[in-house]
Amino acid sequence: MSADNMTAIDALKARCGDMPVSEFRGDRRVVVAKDKLLDVMSLLKGERGFDLLVDVTCVDYLNYRDATSRFGLVYLLANTATNERLTVRVYLDEPDLTVASMVPLWAGANWLEREVFDMFGIQFDGHPDLRRILMPEEFVAFPLRKDYPLQGRGERHNFQRLTRSEA
Amino acid sequence: MSIAEPIAESSVARESDYVWTLNFGPQHPATHTTLRIVLKLDGERVIDAVPDIGYLHSGFEKTGEHLNYNQYVTITDRMNYISPVANGVAWHAAVEKLLDIEITPRCKYLRTIVAELARISDHLLCTGAMGLDTGAFTFFLYAFYQREVIYDIFETISGQRFHPSMTRVGGLAYDFTPLVIEKIRTFVKNFPQTLDDMERLLNRNRIFVDRTKGVGLLSKERATNMSATGPIARASGVTRDLRKDEPYLAYADFDFQVCCSKVGDCFARYYVRMAEMRESLKIVAQAIENIPAGPINVGIDERMTLPTKSQVYQTIEGTITHFELVMWNRGFVVPSEETYAAIEAPNGELGFYVVGDGSDVAYRARTRPPSFIHFSLFPELIRGHTLSDVVAVLGSLNIIAAELDR
Amino acid sequence: MHSNNPAPPENVVVTQLDALANWCRKNSLWPLPFATACCGIEFMATGASKYDIARFGAEAMRFSPRQADLLIVAGRVAMKMLPVLQRIWQQMHEPKWCISMGACASTGGVFDNYAVVQGIDRFIPVDIYIPGCPPRPEQVIQAVIDLQDKIQREGTIEGSEFEVASRQQKKRALQELPLYGRKTFVPSLAPSVPTP
Repeated sequence: MSADNMTAIDALKARCGDMPVSEFRGDRRVVVAKDKLLDVMSLLKGERGFDLLVDVTCVDYLNYRDATSRFGLVYLLANTATNERLTVRVYLDEPDLTVASMVPLWAGANWLEREVFDMFGIQFDGHPDLRRILMPEEFVAFPLRKDYPLQGRGERHNFQRLTRSEA
Repeated sequence: MSIAEPIAESSVARESDYVWTLNFGPQHPATHTTLRIVLKLDGERVIDAVPDIGYLHSGFEKTGEHLNYNQYVTITDRMNYISPVANGVAWHAAVEKLLDIEITPRCKYLRTIVAELARISDHLLCTGAMGLDTGAFTFFLYAFYQREVIYDIFETISGQRFHPSMTRVGGLAYDFTPLVIEKIRTFVKNFPQTLDDMERLLNRNRIFVDRTKGVGLLSKERATNMSATGPIARASGVTRDLRKDEPYLAYADFDFQVCCSKVGDCFARYYVRMAEMRESLKIVAQAIENIPAGPINVGIDERMTLPTKSQVYQTIEGTITHFELVMWNRGFVVPSEETYAAIEAPNGELGFYVVGDGSDVAYRARTRPPSFIHFSLFPELIRGHTLSDVVAVLGSLNIIAAELDR
Repeated sequence: MHSNNPAPPENVVVTQLDALANWCRKNSLWPLPFATACCGIEFMATGASKYDIARFGAEAMRFSPRQADLLIVAGRVAMKMLPVLQRIWQQMHEPKWCISMGACASTGGVFDNYAVVQGIDRFIPVDIYIPGCPPRPEQVIQAVIDLQDKIQREGTIEGSEFEVASRQQKKRALQELPLYGRKTFVPSLAPSVPTP
């Protein structure tokens, strides 16, 4: 399994230039630059057979020791035929938080990317319907960012109180 | 023409007076708790369905950044609340992978048993709710009675009917007493009879079969493209099951089969779940007779699990470990790295992406929620079917709102 | 309609009619299970065959607010869901009661964060609170019994008990049992001692 995986990453490096590869506890991770993301993903899906997009998520490295960029997007891929997994990372920094959408390749990325937009504010270029999914439409902040407090900024108290005499 | 056949696009009047909008939920008996679907209907035919979720968003992932690895298992239990222990098993699988701990054989067996009991509990509720929504109330009551037996087992182990919060980093909080093993043996003996009764009620029931056969078809390629996993993907022909493909815990020791179907409609999803319950029962029956003896927690040298009181008072290692874990400015030693681990939860692939930062509180605790991903399948499954098929399809997708919204 | 007097005249005919109406209403409560999360599953278990809530007259679960008289909020209420809950409460006809089931509905529970309302009683009036996460079915049944006692004690045939504060009485258990140790507490002494 690792030979195939190495070949996948070798094929990536051959096609798209060198990129940092690391391994931790059996997970293979590869860091991709933002502008090459769509090519890399098309290669992985088309030729290397990574047909299952397991997850799309984001980490806000604001308070992380030794962090180089603020946001790290994580794409977890799996190959259902050979059971290999691969983690693709893209680092983003403010102010340019836009990245290509994976919806043309994997339709399951639709809601996953909407959630990343809702929680972190990352814009996905080419997404058919990028709007908030979990928070109310009128919510302004991005809750999972590290500068948003756990208890919120009072939005949860901001409703009308009904008493017996009114209702 | 049977009612379940979807009609061709050209025969639907696009801007006719008959197109109307129906708001389904968020408070409705057939939505599995709080989710909302805005249906565009032509008479009774669904032209489009736009899901609107977030009505139970409770900030689970943000809470995970403020609770330590052992406290967070109380929150993960409340995610997929109909198979709560499976979430805890998945969370600690991810944390133990991050910390590179190998749990003891006995702990692996016990976690396997509770995870399979949770799977039976989940499938009972899913099929029971599907029966209830399509009108079979007796089926629902049979399923719930068996769930009470499983709750009784969990209560004997941990004191809580569900949300036992049983797993800890490096082990379990509660061991199995002989009474628990007795109760599980009784359950294994009596459950097949109930499964047979339940199957006799619905498998060849004309009404149920007509309501679910041919409804909500999902093809194999579309299932994988939409990231579906678990019984929903298996009912469409995808043979992926993490218990066999990437064996974790003690699954490699047991003899069981992966249940799949090629059809991909609601009836197939129901049938795959009923078959999976039998396979889970086989696993529990094999596991309960072969539990290895030994400790349930890893050794105290690892500085991860709380030692017993006799170890604390009588060995220096126990005292040191107790001090390291209990004093507020100490705790686990966690590498500043990120990892992902998944298990085959009853609903699909449930994984946690954990980012450690050296302290004993996770920096990011992301859940890969199967219900969220499966609900995005809903619009294409329901297009062209009638309003009454909405409940059948929704029931077969097993959407748990707490996992959907986190 | 509702009377504007502080306390309606208590003559024997009115009180007997009140008692009859209260008896009818308490024994045929039709719950609206506003089940959001895990407590909803425990509520379903309460209605199932082992802890049958039908013994107390409350098995007719009506999901339409126009047809129900007991709103049982079972589970956490997210910020996005609260306006829906308020609308459902407003749509219910009087006399109506509310049971807040579980820790999350009563106070926000384990979820003290930006998304969960810290107790529905901040926004709708609640009659009975059930602690627990989730409460056992026996606790839910006890809450229904307590509500039945409350209706019997305080109800009126015209539904004016909700207007008149003087009709609100302490729960029967609190009336009968002494509060151990609390009678001697004098708030003015030792102001730095935390309030019990």
